[in-house]
Amino acid sequence: MKEFKGRVVVPGTAIAPALVSRDGFNTLASFQKSLMFNDKNATCSDQNNKDIYQKKMAGKALCLPQTIGSTTGGMVLFCASSLGRSPSCLLFSKSIDSLAAAGAILSDVWTENELPTIDNLGDEFLNYVKDDMTIEILEDGIVRIDEGQ
Amino acid sequence: MYKYKMSLTPEEVEILEGKQGEVLGKVMKTIVMYGDTFGASKLVPVTSNYGHLVTSFGLSMMKPVYELMDELIEANVVSKQNFTVDPRPLDFDNVPSNILQKTLFKIMYSKQKDYETQLEKMGLLSKDGFTCTCYMDEVGNIPKKGDVLSWAESSAVVYANSVLGARSNRNSGIIEMFGSILGKVPYFGLLTDEGRKADWIIDIQTDNLPEAQILGSAIGMKVMEDVPYIKNLSRHFDDELNESAKDYLKDMGAATASNGAVGLFHVENLTPEAKEFGDRLIGQNPKTYIVNDNELDRIKENYPIMWKDKDAKPKVCFIGCPHLSLDQLMRWTKDIEDELIKQRRKKVTVPTVLTSSPKVLEEFYKLPESKILNNIGVRTSYICPLMYMNNPLCGKMPVITNSNKLRTYTTSRYYTDGEIIEAITKEVF
Repeated sequence: MKEFKGRVVVPGTAIAPALVSRDGFNTLASFQKSLMFNDKNATCSDQNNKDIYQKKMAGKALCLPQTIGSTTGGMVLFCASSLGRSPSCLLFSKSIDSLAAAGAILSDVWTENELPTIDNLGDEFLNYVKDDMTIEILEDGIVRIDEGQ
Repeated sequence: MYKYKMSLTPEEVEILEGKQGEVLGKVMKTIVMYGDTFGASKLVPVTSNYGHLVTSFGLSMMKPVYELMDELIEANVVSKQNFTVDPRPLDFDNVPSNILQKTLFKIMYSKQKDYETQLEKMGLLSKDGFTCTCYMDEVGNIPKKGDVLSWAESSAVVYANSVLGARSNRNSGIIEMFGSILGKVPYFGLLTDEGRKADWIIDIQTDNLPEAQILGSAIGMKVMEDVPYIKNLSRHFDDELNESAKDYLKDMGAATASNGAVGLFHVENLTPEAKEFGDRLIGQNPKTYIVNDNELDRIKENYPIMWKDKDAKPKVCFIGCPHLSLDQLMRWTKDIEDELIKQRRKKVTVPTVLTSSPKVLEEFYKLPESKILNNIGVRTSYICPLMYMNNPLCGKMPVITNSNKLRTYTTSRYYTDGEIIEAITKEVF
């Protein structure tokens, strides 16, 4: 068990398997096909993201540095969350970017589905976490990682 | 109630508490939470005449957005300012598509008509107000220097900040609409003097004027979301921010914003704030990036080719992402026509579409060049080529473009302006 502490952007708790994007996460490219073709697993459609392409994103603890790409990104995340197809939480190693923040906050204010979001977890967090490790996040920005999967 | 961190006026608190309606309260909560996340000290008034929205497409997958729009409209929570919107997605009359592609387009964008009705109720400026280059004279959504904006379209934000000297953060879709509804935006980032200081010096060491789209790409990939201060570029424009310089910076800026996440650049002796403040715009301990011909070649050579058959003959060529200016439409017409005369051909050899705003096209159609363009087989359209390429059946086609934004977000292949002219006038494949 290893713990990291970050800043709470959107409060909430979650326990979920990790899904790790080591490079910038392109929100529109990642969700586009799953939203278009009603894929409830939200299979990642970003061919440029070698870490998570064709992996299921719904219900995962998405670990990432920042999001990149189109400024529709926040709106796309809001749609995914509203339709129950978003990750269970967002964990940023760097400071959150304006597009991801918009998506997380829109989800919090305008949908019934929680999307707890923590940023500033540090490079060590992203170096340490691997796909399918069990992640638990607490209200105060503590992130616990169980490497036992 | 949400425990806000920034300083709010009594009226803003009242709105946040829902005393002016629950829906308006939620809009305020969203904006205040957003500002608090980035350490905003307060909300400041939006001062531009018009807003601009990035979401122009009625994609069926965006049901939650339409429900949100309905909720706002029903509560009479609409934009305080009229706004323009990004380009429409469809134009079957002028953009090549087969029956299967058309069928899929109709399914994908089945909500287009309904969404445009919602936009009208929300405050759409005009039925022709669909373009990513709302700041063109013909369109008329031109912010003044120092205006505070609530915009999201990345190419428009970087142009407004850099070339016009207005102030907008690089917002997300919906957030920008909420700013226009409230008439206020959080004061942080590119709205502040400190946030507009350069983190990078870009030293241009090329002999000739670099290709705008490659230079923008190189800068964007290097500085990401930082602010660059570009030296030794203005000499190519005699230090004058004329129409040619504006068009160049439009295309360069769009590439910085899409290949990176640049929201503002300064060009020494050229852009308004650089002319006013000079090197004082450069922050402490800036990093330096030297751009020479070798570096630009390296950048271009590293673009991945997403076509299945890398030697395929292009099926479509898009020119105009962001939308072309009137001058650019005329220049492309002349350049294509001149090359066809040299090649002793009457028409282009690749179906080619020049995209521009409805208002600019209206003016273009009054000029003799529009007839020339039509005669040489080139079409014009008001669409967003990105939305065309979002159709999976179109995305599979070999499409060429001179837009680095289109290259970045789709499977289209980037060619320089000169390579495009060659490709569409010769049988080179």
